[in-house]
Amino acid sequence: MYDMTGYHEAHSLTDVFKLMQADPTARLVAGGTDVLVKIRAAAPHYADTTLIGISRITALKGCTLEADGTFNIGALMTFDQIEHDSLIQTHLGLLSQAVSLVGGPQTRRMGTVGGNICNAGPAADSAPSLFTYNAQIEIQSESNVRQVPIAQFYVGPGRTILKPGEIVTKIKIAPEDYRGFVGHYTKFARRKALDIANLSCAALIKVSAEQRIEALRICFGAAGPVPLRMPQAEAYARHQPLNRAVLNTIGEYCLKDTQTISDWRNSKVFRDHLVTILPGRDISMALRGDEDEAIG
Amino acid sequence: MKQLVNFTLNGETVSCEVDVRKSLLEMLREDFGMTGVKEGCGVGECGACSVIIDGQTVDSCIYLAVWIDGKQATTIEGVTHEDGTLDPIQASFIDAGAVQCGFCIPGMILSSKQLLAHNPSPTRGEIRRELSGNMCRCTGYQKIVDAVQLAAKRLDVEPHARAAIPFTIEK
Repeated sequence: MYDMTGYHEAHSLTDVFKLMQADPTARLVAGGTDVLVKIRAAAPHYADTTLIGISRITALKGCTLEADGTFNIGALMTFDQIEHDSLIQTHLGLLSQAVSLVGGPQTRRMGTVGGNICNAGPAADSAPSLFTYNAQIEIQSESNVRQVPIAQFYVGPGRTILKPGEIVTKIKIAPEDYRGFVGHYTKFARRKALDIANLSCAALIKVSAEQRIEALRICFGAAGPVPLRMPQAEAYARHQPLNRAVLNTIGEYCLKDTQTISDWRNSKVFRDHLVTILPGRDISMALRGDEDEAIG
Repeated sequence: MKQLVNFTLNGETVSCEVDVRKSLLEMLREDFGMTGVKEGCGVGECGACSVIIDGQTVDSCIYLAVWIDGKQATTIEGVTHEDGTLDPIQASFIDAGAVQCGFCIPGMILSSKQLLAHNPSPTRGEIRRELSGNMCRCTGYQKIVDAVQLAAKRLDVEPHARAAIPFTIEK
């Protein structure tokens, strides 16, 4: 049995706010693929608490496209739903591809994108692509709704800016942040399924008619305490032609903004090598569909 | 703290006053005697506890028992026919030599059943991806993939086939 003190099912956001107010130490659980595992491991602040289940709240499910092209991705969308949603496949191909690499099929059917963000793991597979799309996180409390850029949402490993009484309801992506872009995500892990990334990298690129880089956005997972965008590499890349030398230089620039460490999964030296390699591979994959096909 | 759950288990409407701290795995084994649902890792990494819920395979060890309320669950006990004859997928696992210690096999068969329900003639790559949430530490997976391909062929020829029990267990 799980080491928990109680369980309440919320059927609406009103229920959630009421239940959170009644028990401020209670923890929200969506698909349970992180929360239940942490309770099992008796992680601090997880075991011996009451859970509020939110997985039956219809308002947090599904995905809509507003008339102006803004995407609203419900916090309860599972990885499996995001992977197979035709609107997301068409317009946010990078996100669809990235979440197809989460854990295994069983995990992807239960795990949600909102939960993935709120768990704030540095290696979360949905995060790097959401960072490159400049996603806005919509946070609701009983009396307030606010939107925060995803880059400001993370505070540290496992920590976000969420305050007691708040819940993430949706993820918004503006049309200017996906139109004209193509992208690719690499999850560098020891096996293809049921593993956590040693290092991960999402690249989102827009190429001009003159075959130069009009805009490039790169974000690494597991290269620091939180997912990290690469401002210096992105600034360098602007207006550069697409060739192998430029891709290599982009990789070198990324070392200026990553904060890799050695841990039991990998050494810093190996991670830094990957930092220089993965952005170029992602760009080649995004544009040519083949990482070995050198560009230029 | 207990809660009443009503759900469909292997085609039968059932209900249970369940401790809210229980996982679905624990409820199925302890309260319903469905011991074909195996606990491997207990943290959603091995797939031994796989159960089909509303047409989707999930890990029942990290699924709260109360979440099953109002849903349909299928365990390996529900794959075998009532008269004891095997489903063609089960028979194919035996015929292809895909079973060694057998601990992962209920989960493997449920994942295969779900795959074949959505994709009747999967490629080996598709089989590997759909079964990638089920770990086997004996076989090396080749014969498991063979078994799913064999089952796909048999189901294509005879969609409602039932296989005879290939051996009897002495009691």
